[in-house]
Order: sequence, then C-alpha cells, then structure tokens
Amino acid sequence: MAVTLTINGKRRTFDVPPEMPLLWLLRDVAQLTGTKFGCAAGLCGACSVLVDGVRMFGCQTPAGDAQGKSITTIEGLAEQPLGKALMTAWNEVDVVQCGYCQPGQIIAAAALLKDNAKPDDNAIDAGMSGNICRCGTYPRIRTAIRRAAAIHAGEKA
Amino acid sequence: MITTTRREILVGSGAITGALVIPVALGAGRSRAATAPALAANAWLGVDPEGHVTLALPKTEMGQGILTAITMLAAEELAVKPGDVKVTIADGDAARFAPIDQGTGGSTSIRELWQPLREAGARARAALVAAGASQWGVPAADCDAHDGAVLHKASGKVLPYAALVAAAAAAPLPKDAPVRPASAYKVIGRPLRRLDGDAKARGTAEYGIDVVRPGMKYASIAVCPIFGGTLSGVDEAAARAVPGVTGVIKGADVVYVVADNTWAARQGLTAAKPQWTGTAAQTGAQTAAILGDVVAALDKPGFVAATSGDLAAARQGTVHHFSATYTQPFLAHATMEPANCVAHVHDGGCDIWTGTQIPSDARKAAAARLGLPLEKVTLHNRLMGGGFGRRLEADMVERCVDLAKQVAFPVKLIWSREEDMAHDWYRPAYADRIDIALAADGKIAAWEHKIAGSSILARLMGPAFKGVDDDAVEGAITPIYPATARKVTFQAQESLVPTSWWRGVGPLRSAFVMESAMDEVAHMAGADPIAFRLAHIEDPRARAVLETVRVQSGWADKPAAGIGRGVAVIHLWDTYMAAVAEVSVDKDHQITVKKVTVAVDCGQVVNPSGVAAQIDSGVIFGASAALFGEVTIANGRVEQSNFHDYRVLRMNEAPAINTTIVENHEKPGGMGEPPNAVIFPALANAVFAATGKRVRNLPLQKGLQSA
Repeated sequence: MAVTLTINGKRRTFDVPPEMPLLWLLRDVAQLTGTKFGCAAGLCGACSVLVDGVRMFGCQTPAGDAQGKSITTIEGLAEQPLGKALMTAWNEVDVVQCGYCQPGQIIAAAALLKDNAKPDDNAIDAGMSGNICRCGTYPRIRTAIRRAAAIHAGEKA
Repeated sequence: MITTTRREILVGSGAITGALVIPVALGAGRSRAATAPALAANAWLGVDPEGHVTLALPKTEMGQGILTAITMLAAEELAVKPGDVKVTIADGDAARFAPIDQGTGGSTSIRELWQPLREAGARARAALVAAGASQWGVPAADCDAHDGAVLHKASGKVLPYAALVAAAAAAPLPKDAPVRPASAYKVIGRPLRRLDGDAKARGTAEYGIDVVRPGMKYASIAVCPIFGGTLSGVDEAAARAVPGVTGVIKGADVVYVVADNTWAARQGLTAAKPQWTGTAAQTGAQTAAILGDVVAALDKPGFVAATSGDLAAARQGTVHHFSATYTQPFLAHATMEPANCVAHVHDGGCDIWTGTQIPSDARKAAAARLGLPLEKVTLHNRLMGGGFGRRLEADMVERCVDLAKQVAFPVKLIWSREEDMAHDWYRPAYADRIDIALAADGKIAAWEHKIAGSSILARLMGPAFKGVDDDAVEGAITPIYPATARKVTFQAQESLVPTSWWRGVGPLRSAFVMESAMDEVAHMAGADPIAFRLAHIEDPRARAVLETVRVQSGWADKPAAGIGRGVAVIHLWDTYMAAVAEVSVDKDHQITVKKVTVAVDCGQVVNPSGVAAQIDSGVIFGASAALFGEVTIANGRVEQSNFHDYRVLRMNEAPAINTTIVENHEKPGGMGEPPNAVIFPALANAVFAATGKRVRNLPLQKGLQSA
C-alpha cells in the first residue's frame, strides 16, 4: 500500500499500511523526529501536526486519512512566517526546559493563532489544554503566545 | 584524580567545527583531527587550537538547564560569551570526570561543580594570560582575559586565545589561580536564555528516542505486569504475521517484538497477546495492604536518625499536644519522553545511545549485563525529555542490551506509555507520625518524628545499610524549628513494588509532613501560620524568605471569598524557599490552584532565568503530584496506564506563579527539587484554609473527597 502526502511542502509517497499513524510514519519512515511520541492515546499532544492547517494528533491520525493532504510538522512550521514568530517568542521568553513537548506545544499554538490572532488567557488555555508539559512551562508558554501574536501582527514589543 | 593526556582531551572533547555548538545530534564520528595542541584545564574543560572554549558536560541535561548554567561558569572564568563555548554532551566515562560523578540528581550539579569548575577555568585563564604577558614582555598582573582574548590593560593590546593556546599549553598549568570575584561577574547572576532552547523548539535537538543508526530496527517491549512474575505464553505466530515484524524474542519476564518501524513493533506486541503468571504472594499484592504495612511499621521502635534532649522530660508541663499520622502514595515519574534506548552489540563490543541521568553507571550496568569489559562499551548520552529521577535507573539500558545481544543490528527499543507507567521505579509510599508539644511560653518543647517506608538506600547499599535511610530522613533531622528535645526515627518497610528516586524523594516527604504539622500546631495555638513560624525560626535566611513571601503574596490582606491561602518554608538542598499557595475549592470539592508566590534564597544565583524556570517547574510538577499523583496496585499490577488515569496539570489548570529571588553571594544551593518540595505542604495548608479540612493522606484531591 502506498500513501501520498505533502509534508512541509514536498509531495512524498510512502509504502506503508494506511492505518499506520502519521506519528510513526513521520518519525520512523520519513525520519522527521521533531514530532514526538508521548502517549499514543491522544492525551498529551506531543505528536501534534497541522493537517491542511488543522491541529491533529499524529498518534490518532491514520496515514491513509491524510492521503493527499498537506502536513506541516515542526520542522516545516519553523520556516513559515507564523512559525518564525513563534520561534522568536519562544526564545525571547526562554520557554523551553526539557523541550520534549515543545514542538507539539508550538504546533498547537500555531493552530490557535491561525484561528485567533490575538487570543486572551481563556482562549490560550482552551487552545493549549490538549498539550501536556511535565516541566511546567505553561506560564511561559502563555507569555510566549501573546508575544508571538504581537510579533506576527507586526506590532512592536 | 585521573590524569589524562592533552591528546585524549582533544579527541574526547570533540574539536567540533563552528562557532556555536548546540548539543544537537552530537553523534560519534564528528571528531576532527587537530594539528595544534590544545590547552586542557582538566579532563573536560579546555581551549581548542582555534581558541574556542570546549566543555564536555560533566552532568546531564534533562530539562533543568544545567547545560546552560555550567557553560555560564566556564564562560565566566574563561572570559568568553556563553554562546561561544563548544559544549558537548559527554559519553559515560567515570574515569574521565572523577572525582565529579556524572550522575545527575539530588539538586547537586551546581553545588558540586561551583568550586572545581571555576578553579579549573581560572587556571586555564591564568595560563593564557601568562602566555600573552610573556609575548609582550610585561607582567601578567598587567593583563587580563577579556572576550576570548588576553588584554594588556595599559596599552589596550589584545591577543586572541587562538594565538596563545600553543604557548599556554606548553607551560605547566598554574597551580593556584584566583577565581573571579563576585564583583567582577559578567555572566554569573545575569539572566541567560538557555543554550539548547532554540534547537529544542525547532524539533532539531536529538533526544535518545530520536537516534537513528544505519540498519537500525525498532522494537517494542512488554514486561510482566505482575511485579516479580514471569511470562507464561505468547502467540509468536500472530506477532510474526503482522507486516513489518521481523522477530519475537522472549525472556523469563519479557517479550520483545522487533520490526521495521515502531508501529509494526507495537502491532506485533498486541497480536502476541503475552500471558503472565505470578505466585499467590505476587498476584495478591494490593495497595491497601501495602500502605497498611507501612503505617503499621510506625509502631516499631525504628532506627534513630537524630536525637537530642530528653523527650519525656521535655513533655512535662506542656500546653499544646499535637500528634498526627500522614501518608504519601507511590508516585510515577511520567516523563514526557517514554523510556527508550538504542543499542548495537557488534565486534565484541556494544554502543548504546540513550538519555540517562547516570551515563557512567548505565555504561557499567550494560557491561555487566553483557559480560564485557567496560572499555568495550560506549554509552553515547543524549538530551532527555524529562528525568525527575526516572533516568537514575539503568533498567532501560539493561533491557535494551538484553535484546541487542540477540540481534545483529542496532535496535531502538521504545516503551509504550502504558509499559512506562507499569514499570516505573516508583517514589516510595511513606507514612510519618509526628508528635509536637508546645511549652507554656509557646516554644517547641518536644518533637518526635517517626518515618516509615521503602528504603531506596537499603536496596543500593546492600549490607552496608544500617537501618536509617539518610535520604528518607533528610530534612527531618535538620528542621528549621528549634526544640528542647527531639527524636527522629526511620523504619524500612518493603513491598514488591520497586522504588527509587523521584524529584525530591525523602526531603520532599519530610517537608510535607513537617510543614503540614507546623500549620496544624499554629492553628491549634490560634496563631497566624506565618507569624507562628517566625516566632520559632532563628535562621535569618529562612526568616528572610518567609518575610519576603508574606509581603509578595499580600498575606496581610484578607483573601478573596472562596480562596484559601497556605504557607510553607523549607531549608533543603542548601536552598531556602518559602511559598504561599492560593486555592479555591468548589462545591464538588474540586481544588483549583489559583496562584503561587515563591521567595527563594539559593545563595549565588548562576542564571536567574533558570532559577525562575525551575520554580515554575517544581510548582507545577509538585502540584500535579500533590493534587492527583497516586500509583495504586491491584492483584500485583499497577492500575494506572496513561495520562487519563495518571492525571497531571494542564495549561488551563496551571496557577500564576510569582517568584522573588532574595539575592546574595552565599554558596549556591540546589534548585531542581526545592520548589517541588515546598509546594506540597503549601497546597495542603491552603486546602485547609479554604475548607477547614486537613488532608493528611495524599493525594489532596482524593484525600479531600474522603475527609
């Protein structure tokens, strides 16, 4: 079986069973290891990717369901304008600790900001509560999302 | 001290090209032959022929920010920008780093490295300065190191390190070179964004789980879920029928499925339907009985950890008598990066890639498991997606080499979240009984504290263990509250549940009990909890953090309706910390942590941004465990499996955290664990303030519902 996807702008075909979750296709087959394995149950958000711009859990999305769709992983997002704003904000706020959940957090933040260019704290909490961080970076993530929103909107700090 | 030649230093420290080396994918084979000698400050700190400071990290990075903090110390002494230091994550190599232990835990890294690292850096700096002075024919005292060069202060002439390394390396290192005084700090004490942050955010940083080797296959693992039990059956044919599965390997208590990718390995393991068996004692293990045994152990005399004064005499004529028993459950670590390891047994040796807090011990454990001499085993350490003490055990390496020695290729073994949860090394369940008697003048006359639970040190020390677990009683034997008479005892009480280190372990247990008890005694005496503590505390640094948190939290103002405020103060890991937690409790008894105010005095701060990050971290990690954390055992098996039944705080549940650093130049204290320890009692005391209910049996959420 073959699955054809566009990953970070490149059309690619993989010889994998269509039920293989996107998480493992990305990590083990496409060797894009920025997308992380955390729970394989849709509980932690570490495997978050954008599928046609919508945040999906890679562990819960069969590759076959993404056939023909456009996948953005953290590696791709980091090169886009919104991703660059997020990277800048994450660095400025010094968010990261162990960092393992951060690609998923940043994908979730991108999805949030695509829908809501200036989220308030409630919107941030709602948009980010699907992602677990065991290091407790939540307060800085909140700050970084507000900062990224400002950068992306072209506002001054 | 092990002597190491300069050539070994050069090879060992990697001599990697590029001005800034972020520890990303620092795989083997990146070393580049160098043509000029380098200057070695010691076996792991030096200056390469191009003049770059090189640092092989003597400790491990699990998120706590030690890579950045240690680099700052090196940058300070060698007068370079932290971002210009070439940092490498070191292989497991006890001899290279001795007497520094690569093992990273107990909030020890900065405390252990503060003096030796700066002294080594100062000697290398002095060597460079001497080389520069010699070239100019001026006294060394007229020169200093500045921004990667030696500067002749009077003339303004500079020589970059690159031009001086060879000459500096040719002369013996100066024996005594003074470290930079605090008044001259350019790096230490100033906030620095962590050096590994950007690569981690971009997803390009390499964790153990991200390692890929040529020809590598992927494996899943199932270990007997009954502690001590064995494998009784497995459907190998069904596993092999899964496309992509290439092998099924069995052990006494384990099944591995090897495949072309993790998904196939996981599917194969599901299809294999492993069957397990255990003895009646193993399958009969239940939480209630295990905890009952721990509480019952409090009735034994126990082994005396500390004693002073005459308890019976001190109790005469006292006015307030307080006695209570507290229990704390088994806890899992639930690191975001599940347990994993890559290993390749080949050519009479073994290469291992993993993220571990104990690179040298894990290497030794692998060598023992494989029956290989130590030098035939290389452990390539990687960044960790959380440690919290979980990666102070080598079981993931041992399980992986057991598999790797049976296959001809590198293999990446990944635990499922469920396996990770069911086969953790759990924070021991503990019981404490504390008796406090106040004299008529309000002073503490008698303080008796009995502690029982699994002893981690008894397991690690073997016959050398004499009855008192020094970790379990830490904090309990050095309280900040003076008493006329005191006695602290420990009684080990084991079960089938494997136990080990967990961010805070014994001192955290002590903090919860002692600070809960002090709160109870304050209320019994009708006193304000902060005023009551201040009436007893003599240590000025402990008083200062408590007084700071009183102001910063707005303690004097009545809390808003429905809010309960609780305080706690600790002196642990050479750090003083006080916290005020604010909680609300709804009609269904659901606890919400609204706000946490922390004041910390950890002596000389290395990276203020890192200290504040550790406070966020410990408060949220600790609040998760204090509110919800509980591993339970039914029929010999762990009942929790994933984040739906091992609940942790999410963004929408995370409190606002307000941190104040009380600055000074005292010796640095540890920061990895204190916030995690102080938040447990602060929350319990806040729940009492909000509800009038005292929860003595953790976790708080469950304890409140049954209170």
